[in-house]
Amino acid sequence: MNEGGPRARDASSKSSLVLPPVLTGQSPASTSDAAIEVRDLVKRFPGAPAAALDQVNTVMRTGTITGLVGPDGAGKTTFLRTLAGLLKPTQGEVRVLGLDPQAQSGELRELIGYMPQKFGLYEDLSVLENLTLYADLRDVVGAEREATFKQLLAFTDLAAFTDRYAGKLSGGMKQKLGLACSLLGHPKILLLDEPGVGVDPISRRELWKMVRALSRDGLTVVWSTAYLDEAELCDDVRLMAEGRIRASGTPQELMATMAGRCFQITQLADSPRSLLHRVLNAPEVIDGAIQGSTVRLVLREVNVFPDLALLGAGPEAAFKAVPPRLEDAFISLLGGGPGGDSALAEVTQAREPDPALDPAAIIRARHLCKQFGSFKATDDVSFEVARGEIFGLLGPNGAGKSTTFKMECGLLKPTSGQALVMGLDLQHSPSEARQQLGYMAQKFSLYSSLSVRQNLLFFSEIYGLQGETQRFKVQQMIETFDLTPYLETLAGQLPLGFKQRLALACCVMHEPQVLFLDEPTSGVDPVTRREFWNHIHGLANKGVTIIVTTHFMDEAEYCDRIGLVYRGKLIALGRPDDLKRRCATEERPDPTMEDAFIELILEAEP
Amino acid sequence: MSGISTRRLLALCRKESYQIVRDPSNILIAFVLPVLLLFLYGFAINLDANLVKIGVLRLDDGPAAVSFEQQLQGTPAFEIHHGASLRALQDAMARGEIRGLVVIRNDFSTRWLHGKDAAIQVLTDGSEPNTANFVSSYVQAAWQNWQQARAPLADGTPTPGVELRPRAWYNPATISRDYLVPGSIAVVMTVIGALLTSLVVAREWERGTMEALLATPVTEAELLLSKILPYYLLGMVAMALCTVVAVLLMGVPFRGSFLVLAGSSTLFLGAALGFGLFLSTVLRNQFDAAQAALTAGFLPAMMLSGFVFEINSMPWPLRWLTRLFPARYFTSSLQTLFMAGTVPAILVPNALFLALLMAFWITLTARKTTRTLD
Repeated sequence: MNEGGPRARDASSKSSLVLPPVLTGQSPASTSDAAIEVRDLVKRFPGAPAAALDQVNTVMRTGTITGLVGPDGAGKTTFLRTLAGLLKPTQGEVRVLGLDPQAQSGELRELIGYMPQKFGLYEDLSVLENLTLYADLRDVVGAEREATFKQLLAFTDLAAFTDRYAGKLSGGMKQKLGLACSLLGHPKILLLDEPGVGVDPISRRELWKMVRALSRDGLTVVWSTAYLDEAELCDDVRLMAEGRIRASGTPQELMATMAGRCFQITQLADSPRSLLHRVLNAPEVIDGAIQGSTVRLVLREVNVFPDLALLGAGPEAAFKAVPPRLEDAFISLLGGGPGGDSALAEVTQAREPDPALDPAAIIRARHLCKQFGSFKATDDVSFEVARGEIFGLLGPNGAGKSTTFKMECGLLKPTSGQALVMGLDLQHSPSEARQQLGYMAQKFSLYSSLSVRQNLLFFSEIYGLQGETQRFKVQQMIETFDLTPYLETLAGQLPLGFKQRLALACCVMHEPQVLFLDEPTSGVDPVTRREFWNHIHGLANKGVTIIVTTHFMDEAEYCDRIGLVYRGKLIALGRPDDLKRRCATEERPDPTMEDAFIELILEAEP
Repeated sequence: MSGISTRRLLALCRKESYQIVRDPSNILIAFVLPVLLLFLYGFAINLDANLVKIGVLRLDDGPAAVSFEQQLQGTPAFEIHHGASLRALQDAMARGEIRGLVVIRNDFSTRWLHGKDAAIQVLTDGSEPNTANFVSSYVQAAWQNWQQARAPLADGTPTPGVELRPRAWYNPATISRDYLVPGSIAVVMTVIGALLTSLVVAREWERGTMEALLATPVTEAELLLSKILPYYLLGMVAMALCTVVAVLLMGVPFRGSFLVLAGSSTLFLGAALGFGLFLSTVLRNQFDAAQAALTAGFLPAMMLSGFVFEINSMPWPLRWLTRLFPARYFTSSLQTLFMAGTVPAILVPNALFLALLMAFWITLTARKTTRTLD
């Protein structure tokens, strides 16, 4: 994993990364002293049941990149805002460069660069106007301004786009402009709030290289992220969950705690999916995942293996030690994965395939195109999804995943081409056809002011369940997803993991044959993600056809086949293993999905 | 509140101006909406009845009856419908085809000749009280005029020495548009003042730019002023546009001083923008803030400013309530400036109250403008 990371991959040589001191403060400080000290920090928001930050203690050193890692709601943003002086601590002590962010906010503001989520840019202002605004606000004027702008524009490769409105920039360019704005005025500390979310992998790597270069020159960086693979590249990591720092250390230290516990089972007789189910239920195993044609697992204790024969892995199967990942450490800290069973799959009836349908193409996209004005959101996309298959559409935000997805389920009319589900065009087909499919929209789209029970009742009714059947299915969903303690809770106040469960419950209650899932795992913690994929695998085993979008590259492994979407085009289509193999080299025999994606993008571009 | 750096303030104002110019909805709110509303109020809300259809049933062919009927016909405000029977005319009134009904009984001429109590019957449509009053008073006026003209003929007595000649000062022709338009300018300016600013702070919160701004050395005072000054200018341009439309296109007279008008408008805009800014700052959501600005700005301005309903005829709790809304003082100032001229006795107290409200809303907003996200 580490080998394939951005730090190692310095292929692009277009930007010189030697930064003059004007960008990074006058003198690189020694690396031993503390830039940020936090003691017993508690932050409570009025009306919230739990503290957003609960007894946080940590020290971050000058000139390092500290990764703040955790799922949505872990307290990352609250922590960064407290450091920036934007939130007042309820309790505890915070010192940034020896200053109190509240009492000495005036002095501290001159020393901090802060990039909030969504980058804090004015979309209706041009690149140069955004820079000028922040330069004025930070008193960067005259010759100094000219020099700084020149350097920043070169550094971020934005020199050719100074007149373009920020709103018209790509995600990666916005991210760089946001960084440039936060670098104005010699900050000594840079706080970045999820700078990599939804941005394409190439831009993410470029940003990483820039930030790495800045930190080498003495800038202290705090980088919050929900991606654990991103955090593996940091100098220092704080794993956060539910407002607490659950573990601190270098990624190597944290991963070392998992040494001797991470293995792969190779040479399987059967499909990895069915083996995974049994592996996850073995008491010796705390976590597992499919990796290509193998199953990767994490042992509860060092060298205490499950019995391969009992698991039915096949006569050839063998364990092979693999390097630990940060995610393994995190899941172990959270108490291990959820096991392999899916209560949902158990209550789902397997259905006989409909002989009238082609089992190889339950879902079919034929030369789909969607044009918004002059912009091609989807450009000639074709694929087929077989019965019981999990098909993933992967790509950064704005690549066209959702547009393709919405055309396929009949929510958007294609400019040209055809989208068929079970042989029907959902744009014109009667509602009975739609009755056969379930749709889970982005951000879960529940009614936040209705209770959990009311949401279940409402969705069961719009899918036409009535009387005894309705009562039975609603009760079944409540039991299957353990929703009993939250029945009267408003959906808007549910913890994110339960929101996700409820959303899934609402879209499978009517036992659809085809399931559309749009970014279903965005922002949830790794354990909840595991649980979600258990359900999806279980449903696929019962013959449900599933199409899913995600911007987590590692989730590709859960899919039978994936399509990589980039700038509206389907640039690659195939089994995850095949795609990865296509870009394997001698130095990198086992590339990650992200490596593969980058390679494929570079191939696709002229 | 901390200090102000001219450079930062200018930078923020420049940014705000770019945003104003580049967002077509601002132009729509500031320039199209006022003209549209002004025309709506100026022409659609009209308290004058220009031509009212009334029915006349003359059951008498005598000369007096005929002559009275002619008198009615000569009244420019009436369009006379003749009916064959009382029933037919009553039905016409029920259908709304006519708004009033005058019955001249069959013994009218005889009684009039004999100096007896000759009477006419006037029926009006009480479901529209304004029109009903109007019909009855115009018929009465016609009746009086006719009587006066006929009186010497009847019994030789001269016309009465006292004659009632009503004269409405400041609006001699009693054209209701002349006092409605200044009032509606106040309503329009309330709406656009509150609407413009209710969006701007909330927008920064929604788009996440407020967070980035607050992490820079910007002060509260700079933030607040940068939200007021550009929108004040925009509001003044809208105000000028309204005045030009009212005077040149709608023919409303303007008798006061333009300087005083600018002064009153400044104070009023300060209060209206302050109010919108307050909503935006507290609600941090564009939709909520705009909704609140429309409800809390437009409705009271319409109902409680004296624009349509006279404040003096309201019950005292409502009368007191009107004092809280800047539109009340601005309506009164505008009506004075347009119709009467520069009358310090009215304008000065209004200006004082407007200044007070402006100080109130801006101070409140300043207190709610924080350097933290809590």
